[in-house]
Parts: sequence; C-alpha cells; structure tokens
Amino acid sequence: MKKLLSPAFAKDSTRLVLSVALTFVGLLLVTFLIGRVVPIDPLLAAVGDRAPAEVYERVRVELGLDKPLWQQFWIYMVKVVQGDFGRSVLTSNVVLDDILRVFPATLELATLATLLGVSLGVPFGVIAAVNQGRWPDQLARVIGLLGYSVPVFWLGLMGLLLFYAKLGWVAGPGRVSVAFDDYVTPITGVILFDSAVQGEWEAFGDAFRHLILPAGVLGYFSLAYISRMTRSFMIEQLRQEYIVTARVKGLSEARVIWRHALGNVMVPLITVIALSYGNLLEGTVLTETVFAWPGLGLYITNSLLSADMNAVLGGTIMVGIVFIGINLLSDVLYRFVDPRAK
Amino acid sequence: MTTAAHTPEGWREWLNAAAPRSRAQARLGQAYQSWRGFRRNPLAIVGLCIILGLLLVAALAPVLTNQSPFAQELAERLRAPDGEHWFGMDELGRDIFTRIIYGARITLMIVVLVAIIVAPVGLIVGTTAGYFGGWFDVVLMRVTDIFLAFPRLILALAFVSALGPGIENAVIAIALTAWPPYARIARAETLTIRNADFISAARMSGASSLRILFSHVIPLCLSSVIVRVTLDMAGIILIAAGLGFLGLGAQPPSPEWGAMIASGRKFLLDQWWVATLPGLAICTVSLGFNLLGDGLRDVLDPKQQ
Repeated sequence: MKKLLSPAFAKDSTRLVLSVALTFVGLLLVTFLIGRVVPIDPLLAAVGDRAPAEVYERVRVELGLDKPLWQQFWIYMVKVVQGDFGRSVLTSNVVLDDILRVFPATLELATLATLLGVSLGVPFGVIAAVNQGRWPDQLARVIGLLGYSVPVFWLGLMGLLLFYAKLGWVAGPGRVSVAFDDYVTPITGVILFDSAVQGEWEAFGDAFRHLILPAGVLGYFSLAYISRMTRSFMIEQLRQEYIVTARVKGLSEARVIWRHALGNVMVPLITVIALSYGNLLEGTVLTETVFAWPGLGLYITNSLLSADMNAVLGGTIMVGIVFIGINLLSDVLYRFVDPRAK
Repeated sequence: MTTAAHTPEGWREWLNAAAPRSRAQARLGQAYQSWRGFRRNPLAIVGLCIILGLLLVAALAPVLTNQSPFAQELAERLRAPDGEHWFGMDELGRDIFTRIIYGARITLMIVVLVAIIVAPVGLIVGTTAGYFGGWFDVVLMRVTDIFLAFPRLILALAFVSALGPGIENAVIAIALTAWPPYARIARAETLTIRNADFISAARMSGASSLRILFSHVIPLCLSSVIVRVTLDMAGIILIAAGLGFLGLGAQPPSPEWGAMIASGRKFLLDQWWVATLPGLAICTVSLGFNLLGDGLRDVLDPKQQ
C-alpha cells in the first residue's frame, strides 16, 4: 500500500495513464481514417443510388459529413467512448451488442490456449535451458521454429484432418454439437463455465471436445513463443552467482532450478505471457474461420467479406482495446511483482 | 587497387589482411569473415538453400513444368497424386504441382515488395527520429507505439477492408503494418552512435546533417535492419497467406498458396492433398527464412557475440 501512495509511483502512473489514453486516441484515429478512405460512399449506401440530390444533401448534413474532418473525428471519438459503433449492415444489430455476444467465445478459446501454452511452455523452456545444447534443447528449438513458420489456419486444417476425421478423438467445427445448441442457459457466454455451474456435464463434455482442438492449435503457437523466451531467461539466470551459492549451500538441484532460478524468471515471463495472449487474438481470426468458431475473429472476417464497415471497425477497436488492456495489465503486474521496479 | 588480389593463392590473405589498403578490401574482408561464421552454422545453410531454392523455382517455373497453372481438365478434377501429377489435381482439374511452382513467384513478389517498401521507410523514419530527437522523435515514436498496439493481422485486415481485396492492396496493407519495428530498431541504433566521436568529427569538418545521416548513420544501422527483414519475411509470408486464405489477398484463379488452401478446405476430408500440399510449401519457405535470419543474426549482430 505504501508503494501506491509514494509520489514517484503516482507520477509514473499518471504517465502510464496518459500514454494509454494517447495510444487509444491514435487507435481511434487510425480506424476513423480507414473508415474515411473506404471506396464505398457511406452516403450512397444509406440513401441508395436513386435518391434525389436534396435527399442526398439532407442525409449528408444529418450524418455530419458536411463538417470539417477534425470535427467528424471528434464526434466519432465521443460516440466510440459511449460504446456507439453504429449498426451492422449484415446482422442489422447494434455493433456493440454483436461484439458482446461473440466475445465470450473468443475469450474462452484464447484463455484455454494460453493456459495450455503456459503450463507446457514454461516447464519445457526450463528443461531446455538446463540441458542446453543436448536433445531436449534441440527439440525445443525445432518446436519453436515450427511455431514461427507454420500457418495457423493450415495447422488447424491438419488437426481437423487427423484428430477429427481420421482418429475421431475430438468433435468437428463449431462450438457445440447441434443437439446441444441453446441447451445451456447463457450466464457469462463462456460455455465451459456456464455448463459447469449448472451441472450440465454432458454439455460440458461436448463443448470441451469442440474446444480442445482449436485451443490446442492456438496453444501450440503460444507454447512455441513462451518456451523460447523461458529458455533464454533461464539461461541468463543459471549463470548468476546466487545459483552457485545455492548449490554450494547444498540445496537440491531441483530446488535451485525450479524455485530459485524460475522464481526470478517469473517477473519477465509475465510480460511474455501477456504478449502471447495478445498475439493469440490475432491467431483467433484465422483459427475461428477454420473451426467455424462463433467468436470475434469470425465476426470480423464475415463482416469484412460483406464490406460491413461499422462491424469491422468496431471489432478492430475492440481487439485494440483488449490488446492495450493486456499490455497495461502486464505493466501494472510487473510493477507490483518486481521489487526493483519503482 | 592492390596487386596481391590477382594472384590465385593470395586472395584469402588479401581478404584476411589485418590492415586493408582500400575501402573495398576492408568491406570484402568483413563480408568474408561473416561468411566464414555463417558457414559454421548448418541450420543457417539449410535456410540459405531453401531460399535459393525458392528463387530458382520462381525463376525457372516454365522450365520445371510444362503445364499452365490455369489450364483446367475438368474430367480429371480432384485426381489423387500419382506418377503423372505428383501433387494431384484441384477442384477445377488444375495440376497442383504446377500451381505451387507458380505460387512461388507470387510469394517472392509479396515478400520483396513489402521489404523494399518497409525497410527504407523504417530506416529513414527511425534514423531521423533518433538523430534529431526532440518533439519530432516523440511524435514518431508515438505513431509507432499506436501501430504496435494492434495485432498486425487485424490491422492489415482493417486496411484491406478499406482498400478492397487484391494482392496489391494486401502488399500495401502488410507494409503499412510492418514498418514500425524497423523504425524502432533504426532509432535505437542511431541513439547509440549519434554522440560518437566520429559523428562529431564529421560534423566539425562541415558535413551536413543529411550527409551524416546517409553516409554515417544509415550504413551502421543496415545490418540490424537486414537481420530483422530476414526474420520478418516468415511473418510477412504467413500474413499474406492468411489474407489469401480469408479471400482478401490474391484473388482466384491466382495460384497463391493461402488461397489454394482455402479452396482445398472444402475437400479436406476426402481429398487431403488439395489443401495440405500448398501449406507444406508455406511452411518450408517460412522455415527457410527463419533459419536464414537466425544465422544472419548470429554473424551480423555484434551484440550477440
């Protein structure tokens, strides 16, 4: 608590908030400009191309398109801050409602993928670092390299081919089987959570069998990144003198590695995990398309293909907000966990 | 010029000379040392071979196959791989092997176009910001911050949605999202050298800022930018393929690998080869760029040594 009250911390926090706010305005500026340069005339889309000139002119004033650009941007910004992204042409719903409806599906997918990536990637990175140059290290290197080289949508397709079509271990595309459509009353929209809370274990199992493959595919990319970073952090730590001291004291090797060295690595790892979570949002766009997963990524691509700009830009802003939020969170966590960061 | 270079057994000593007598000799000697370091890394050599292979395949496409990537034989649609059609046929009876070979040209074109747009822009923005500092630096770094606050693919998607689908627009969209890290790297490098004595010496002898930037600062930033470009190539290929897969990049009937996977997706369960083989091509090429980039980083990045 003392940390929170210190003037240095307050000054730092102000700077942090300011920089986040600035980034957010920049994000809006970019999406605003993208919306401006669309080749489709938003007016023609609204009034139709048969509308007489006076109607066209009236709608132009109504939509505020006669105002100078900076004023239009200001109006746009105020609207977005109020959560008004306009209406989607494709679903004819308010974009914010659409986004809130599809977002839990993406959240569920990205979270399970990150859990998989962290729980496998961290131990894997540690083992690779301890056995530097030997086969576990080479294996980690190959897995990491493949993670940077394989297209996520292709890996998803191959996963479907192998685990769904050939082996039948997992369920196919979609979030649940047809039999379980609208079976679980949504509370949070995260099906695994909702079904578990309501004791619908059959629905839970079905949802899990649908989720595990896309989450595994995404988790692989997160594993590749996290294990690579864990490895390099660990190698740096294992060279430090306190490790020698710990060994000389007679601590078991397991304790030296998993407690002393890994304990110090956890701080920079927070940033890495946050970054990989953010990157997964990108992966979800393609993964959701492959697995017909009704989340934010699929929403954005479907809207894109039907030139539904309000929905595309709303979705983009949403991803941007989550991305900025995750970075901010990791920054704050970092300050709290690392005693040296003031 | 030196005369030692002309004797056949003298060239190695000439390259390794401790006191090079000309600028060209010093540069070539440096390059030779880097190559010797690079040669020791077998994975980097594999990467180099893959990329050279890609260049060869793209250049010799009409020699490697006598078919057209667009010729359709509807009677043979979805034919399984065999001795005559190594990779089988797609849903319109086009030879997949031929299409993958011609697809190498598209991939290469995307990568080269993005690199020649992005590297100079990032280099100039980053070095100017780092060299002049002040509000100019603050503004430029804020702009890169904003771009880095987006996942790249999503930003590229938003740009493509504004520009319309197509391969040229995909290149523009990828370039628009790819330049900020280059500006960051170039700026960081510039900051470390801008107060160096040799820069002061150049300034004292009357060199203009422009001259200092172009003949002293930018050459020193080049190697980190080159390493970054090579490592970035794989990412660029993956994003371009992703756009193609979503139907927003190269348009049919273009034999772009991502678009080929998308069209093969419908037949995945029964005709696996249509979607699988273009994906293997993407994997191979991006793996090649990653291996090459890793190898180059080891020899070109002095901070690693």
